[in-house]
Amino acid sequence: MNSNQSTCCCGGKNNQFNNLDEILKKYQGVKGSLIPVLQDAQKAYGYLPKEVLENMAEKMDIPISEIYGVVTFYSQFHLKPRGKNIIRVCQGTACHVRGAKTILQEIEDKLKIQAGGTTTDLLFTLETVACIGACGLAPVLMINDNTYGRLTPESIPEILAKYR
Amino acid sequence: MEHYRSHVLICAGTGCISSGSKKVEAALREQLTQKGLDKEVKIVETGCHGFCEMGPLVIVYPEGVFYIHVQETDVADIVEEHLYKGRIVERLLYKEIGSHEGIPNYKDIDFYKKQMRIILANCGHIDPEEINDYIAIGGYEALGTALTTMNPDEVIDEVKKSGLRGRGGGGFPSGLKWGFARKTPGEKKYVICNADEGDPGAFMDRSLLEGDPHRVLEGMAICGYAIGADEGYLYVRAEYPLAIKRLRIAIKQAEELGLIGDNIFGSGFNFHLKIKEGAGAFVCGEETALMASIEGQRGVPRSRPPFPAVSGLWGKPTNINNVETFANVPQIITKGADWYASIGTEHSKGTKVFALTGRINHTGLAEVPMGITMRQIIYDIGGGIPAGKKFKAVQIGGPSGGCLPEELLDMSVDYDSLIKVGAMMGSGGLVVMDETTCMVDISKFFLSFTQAESCGKCTPCREGTKRMLEILTRITEGQGKEGDIELLEVLAKNIKTTALCGLGQTAPNPVLSTLRYFRHEYEAHIKEKCCPAGACTGLTQYNISEVCKGCGLCTKECPVVAISGEKKGLHIIDQEKCIKCGACMAKCPFKAITKG
Ligand SMILES: Cc1cc2nc3c(=O)[nH]c(=O)nc-3n(C[C@H](O)[C@H](O)[C@H](O)COP(=O)(O)O)c2cc1C
Ligand code: FES
Repeated sequence: MNSNQSTCCCGGKNNQFNNLDEILKKYQGVKGSLIPVLQDAQKAYGYLPKEVLENMAEKMDIPISEIYGVVTFYSQFHLKPRGKNIIRVCQGTACHVRGAKTILQEIEDKLKIQAGGTTTDLLFTLETVACIGACGLAPVLMINDNTYGRLTPESIPEILAKYR
Repeated sequence: MEHYRSHVLICAGTGCISSGSKKVEAALREQLTQKGLDKEVKIVETGCHGFCEMGPLVIVYPEGVFYIHVQETDVADIVEEHLYKGRIVERLLYKEIGSHEGIPNYKDIDFYKKQMRIILANCGHIDPEEINDYIAIGGYEALGTALTTMNPDEVIDEVKKSGLRGRGGGGFPSGLKWGFARKTPGEKKYVICNADEGDPGAFMDRSLLEGDPHRVLEGMAICGYAIGADEGYLYVRAEYPLAIKRLRIAIKQAEELGLIGDNIFGSGFNFHLKIKEGAGAFVCGEETALMASIEGQRGVPRSRPPFPAVSGLWGKPTNINNVETFANVPQIITKGADWYASIGTEHSKGTKVFALTGRINHTGLAEVPMGITMRQIIYDIGGGIPAGKKFKAVQIGGPSGGCLPEELLDMSVDYDSLIKVGAMMGSGGLVVMDETTCMVDISKFFLSFTQAESCGKCTPCREGTKRMLEILTRITEGQGKEGDIELLEVLAKNIKTTALCGLGQTAPNPVLSTLRYFRHEYEAHIKEKCCPAGACTGLTQYNISEVCKGCGLCTKECPVVAISGEKKGLHIIDQEKCIKCGACMAKCPFKAITKG
């Protein structure tokens, strides 16, 4: 299925930096490219390992502190390995008034993790978002790029089963 | 060109896709081919029709028959009955609430009949991944007119005269803003489209980008010509992968036809477009933060002036508008400012798209003329409140807006009237709430949102919202104290007047507006330690009534072993242990457990 499994650096460091070099080449000379570089790097590695960021800092000639500042500012970036499947449960207004809390609760119970956590088998990472723009179908969640709407706590096990 | 006798439009907006429209399409394709109808009937994937509640939606042209909740298993009937034999499939038609009669044509459905769809006219009716669909119904005509028959000042005058105001929240007159950017001297200028759409409960920008992307690109190009910019950025939230994909396709197709690029229409005007994906920060919807984010920095706002029109992206003069604002522009040029200004109220012109969500029958997108009443939107178009519940409030304007009570349902919906009653237009998200929604909980909800999204640069917003949130949390947990309401009001006033950017300046609004119209709910929480809506778990109690048969199901269900009792005897809940999860109530077959 989804190929961006978050293996750590066991793939070999050289391999890792080849990847980064390719990304850097793509954005060479492009103004303001730090965020797209980080986005691509995260796609390639599943998260942003420290070594990759250090290497990026050196090659892009940006202080590591500045990169770290950007990475921690945006909720999209992650410094720790993440699950193979990313579950994002909407906690936006429309979903909130239609019972989004109980949906989150149910997933937390079923996966035995809290929002923000990753299952020990690295299969799922659970996150919350504040609206995915499918409010008409509230309450809503997204797993990877797929949206599921009109949820009830009872519908959760079946959805999760598709990704096991 | 090939000729088809029928077109089947299948909604491929995010809502309908998640309801299963892709499967419907695959089944349809297969069965048409089997029947040998694939040369006679064309399948078109469209963007969102706005009636997401009823999805997946299918329309069959030329008749314009509108089918709802279409599943894979319904496809055989549509093919066999409708497309083969020419008979409408009655059971898939929409029926008004309380009526048994199916309505074949979507134009006769109340939800659509009472709308005025100008911006959304193409959404759901053209293939957004096919530029020729857009051109066939007059697309890029406005750009042609502007470039070949008008000079930039004339374009700006037309936009000024139309009375168009920004749809991104503030409602600043767009023509005036373009004029500032034009007047600032500079070789290099930028146009930015704000598609960060961060307000939870709003999804009109997403639907526009997914359903009619060229309309937005055309608006941006006209703006570029008017202010003298040759480069534009679309800043789109990363949560909108489909919108990003369709924009990429749209830009490529427009470039191939020379509608975006160098020397457009032989006029000597060059305009190039780029997409920037957001990285998940609500504050990046604020224009100065957004530009910092495009530049690759932390998306932190800065104080204005200087305004973007003077010093914007990379210090160059920049004009930034919302998606819907740009989408208004082509029609203003083709149909004229006078036509546009004839719609709406004195100071709010044109139409506005609202996202109807929450406790309402017809969730979806509705485009209405400015000045319509809230009651018309919620009841005539939205179909009222489901499950026989009573309307309590409607929240407008997202985390910066306010909640309006029943008494205000008949006021005119326009920029200025909304400000007067302590709300604001915002992006146009309308979240309807019924008697089961607690207003203190809602204001806590909004504040936890703004608190989490506060970038931390200025103290009033960073610390002030935190203190307010602590007080609200206390109140909803039954720990509210005398004086808490007054303290909230003082904090709110201070934050509003001293915060750096719009996020902080408007963060207290939901609290202030609920205090204004629902103060009694706050007081009930504080003084009587009760939540009138029964929503705050800290203030509710579960009890078992005489109806209990002693079946023992609840004792097994309770995660904290708080329920005890003899078999076949009345059970009781230990209130000390109870965590108020409600599991017992859901399980009880005799409805013996009450919440209050
Ligand atoms: C915290 C905050 C978030 C905002 N989010 C958005 C947004 O998601 N979309 C948007 O168009 N404008 C947003 N705005 C308003 C923009 O700063 C800006 O005023 C707007 O894009 C201007 O476009 P307009 O004149 O067409 O409305 C936001 C403002 C603030 C203070
Ligand atoms: S509030 Fe949940 S999708 Fe918009």
